[in-house]
Amino acid sequence: MIYLDNSATTKPYKEVVDAYTAVASNFFGNPSSLHTLGMKAEGLITESRNRIAELLDVKPVEIIFTSGGTEGNNLAIKGAAKAKQKRGKHLITTVVEHPSVMEAFAQLEQDGYEVTYLPVDQEGRVEVAQVEAAIRPDTTLLSIIHVNNETGAIQPIEKIGEMLERYPRIYFHVDHVQGISKVPLNLRKARIDFSTFSAHKFHGMKGTGFLFVREGIKLAPLFEGGSQENGLRAGTENTAGIVSMAKALRMAKNQENEHEQLYKLRETFIRKLNAIDGIVINSPADQVAPHIVNFSIPGAKPEVVVQSLSSKGIYVSTKSACSSKLSAPSRVLSAMGLSDERAISGIRVSFSFDTTAAEVNQLLTELEVIIPELLEVVKS
Amino acid sequence: MMIYDHILVRFGELALKGKNRSVFEKHLLENIKMSVKSIPNLKLKRTYGRIVIELNGQNHEPVVEKLKHIFGIHSFSLAFKVENDLQAMQKGALTVLQDRANVRTFKITAKRAYKPFPLDTMQLNREIGGYVLTNTEGITVDVHNPDVNIHVEVRETATYITSASYDGPGGLPVGTSGKVLLLLSGGIDSPVAGYLTLKRGAKIEAVHFHSPPYTNERAKQKVIDLAQSLTKYGNSVVLHLVPFTEVQKHIHSEIPSNLQMTVMRRMMLRISERIANERGILALGTGESLGQVASQTLHSMNTINEVTNLPIIRPLVTMDKLEVIDIAQKIGTFETSILPFEDCCTIFLPPDSKTRPKREQTNKYEQYIEIDKYVDDAVARTEKLLLTNTKRINNEVEDLF
Repeated sequence: MIYLDNSATTKPYKEVVDAYTAVASNFFGNPSSLHTLGMKAEGLITESRNRIAELLDVKPVEIIFTSGGTEGNNLAIKGAAKAKQKRGKHLITTVVEHPSVMEAFAQLEQDGYEVTYLPVDQEGRVEVAQVEAAIRPDTTLLSIIHVNNETGAIQPIEKIGEMLERYPRIYFHVDHVQGISKVPLNLRKARIDFSTFSAHKFHGMKGTGFLFVREGIKLAPLFEGGSQENGLRAGTENTAGIVSMAKALRMAKNQENEHEQLYKLRETFIRKLNAIDGIVINSPADQVAPHIVNFSIPGAKPEVVVQSLSSKGIYVSTKSACSSKLSAPSRVLSAMGLSDERAISGIRVSFSFDTTAAEVNQLLTELEVIIPELLEVVKS
Repeated sequence: MMIYDHILVRFGELALKGKNRSVFEKHLLENIKMSVKSIPNLKLKRTYGRIVIELNGQNHEPVVEKLKHIFGIHSFSLAFKVENDLQAMQKGALTVLQDRANVRTFKITAKRAYKPFPLDTMQLNREIGGYVLTNTEGITVDVHNPDVNIHVEVRETATYITSASYDGPGGLPVGTSGKVLLLLSGGIDSPVAGYLTLKRGAKIEAVHFHSPPYTNERAKQKVIDLAQSLTKYGNSVVLHLVPFTEVQKHIHSEIPSNLQMTVMRRMMLRISERIANERGILALGTGESLGQVASQTLHSMNTINEVTNLPIIRPLVTMDKLEVIDIAQKIGTFETSILPFEDCCTIFLPPDSKTRPKREQTNKYEQYIEIDKYVDDAVARTEKLLLTNTKRINNEVEDLF
């Protein structure tokens, strides 16, 4: 099996699964229970919180455990908008966000908020000046994805953060789900107030994630219930998921120094892809994550490519997994100004640190066979 | 970016200590060594009036975090060494400036401890400042109130470039003022009292009274966590956990309700004094603040204090609650302190405590209780925990992470 759909989800590290099993079997007490079993579970959650905070160089109290990226994005965006609604109801985001961000804003629009969706350039990036131009006196929140999940384009988060120093009253949310461990981002230096993380994108288990919430910031919770996570996230904590997430984050951060290798692999892959007739690369050339390559085969249906590769045991995807079942043009590729034909035929290949040159070559070999056949059928 | 190769640590009040000075300096050096033990490759040495930490390629940030919590440090700055060569100094000063964010103005403060160096101070300021100006954009010189003051110190063997000064916490090195036994409840005040006691150079041990099974494991864990957070400033803390239930039951059945609180406090002091004696500790410490609650009126303190001859250190005695809360938040104990668990004082709290108890009256009722027997028993069953300033997690769960 050659798994090249790591932007959709990653394979959990074996050590992570082991830790999950051990915690789920031995420390199953409810962390809120008063007895010893509950205390042990609570102790593990505290320890996980401390370790995650240390890995990210933030304070433990700034880590709120969630069920993953979608919940984190919803909590940050809706929670911040609601908490600040007395001051204003204008929000800013971009047209290339993840569906969980887009839909959260869409819902807020129905609730009477006004949202500015910033356009992107041909490489899928917003400009700092554009962001600043969109700011109004009643703007309360800016939300921008760090690494785009379809193309790998990196947004100029640090520069935007620097600009926002002049607007201390605007909250800054960054969806860091694709970026963590792949593209470094210093939350403090970038003046970020909220940042979303999801364990299954860094070889942890699905159903666990966390939201960084800068100390002293108020959010309205999404759920009513218990007072877990500082009252921001009611519901019994997923102890096993949380502990194994702390482990996954440590292991993933350990691989951070292998970026160069991944960038080299990516570069070689793109060079060879370019040599295949019928392929155009959609990912930008620079300011891009080391693990994502997006390309189109205009004229070919991407599902067919995915299926043919799948039958050979090679797994890639079309656009974002969260919207890949719809056979519409990719919203992100369209926003970059690409033609419908190109936006509808995008293929995404995403590596992990364990991806080898041999695996990538195998994919190239298969593509060299599939693509001419496909395009032949289209022509006839 | 790891541009700095060492950190210069300056002492404050130690300079006033005359002949004892070297003792204080050695204590401080040891305390710093203990605190940065987990960071590899560091080398520490004492030069006259300063401690120099050689980073040897380590990132300075974790070291800076540790130093901010070590009492006896007045200030410290990041520095790096260049050759006695104008070009090297110019480049060095520029690097230091570029390492800092949001800088609009700067100045150069040159110092020539090595007089034979061909350029004098004024020339150095000009040459280095000029170089920085031509190689940056949007940055100007401000000699009066600069965002960054870059010190260039020319010595015989090398030149030291420093900037980014940090304030230390002041106070005296922990361990230079003997040891205090801190009465640690689960509340906001006593950890702050412990912190302030450490600040004056005293080591602390802590004593906590709990009432199993009425108080639960979490209340106990909360106190362990509080003691643990003090280890950040005092390296290690021994925590004595005294089972207090039997004493409380005895008082509850033998003493009129309006004096129960007073007698309970006196029993706590008696037990604490016994532990202090056993451990060679010369004073007790509490988080009492005058007039805060019934047990902290002057009448109460007078009556409670009667049973011990040890000095009682009360760093908070004249503070307002809000001042105490400020410190608790600053030292990171507040969040733990406000966790809502029953403690030994609330479990048996009578509704009608006297705010003006009298010594004679209290002594009269105490005749009817078996003081020594209960003190002996409580001390004998006291559990002792050693908490240190390192990761506190047992092996059972370490491999989960």
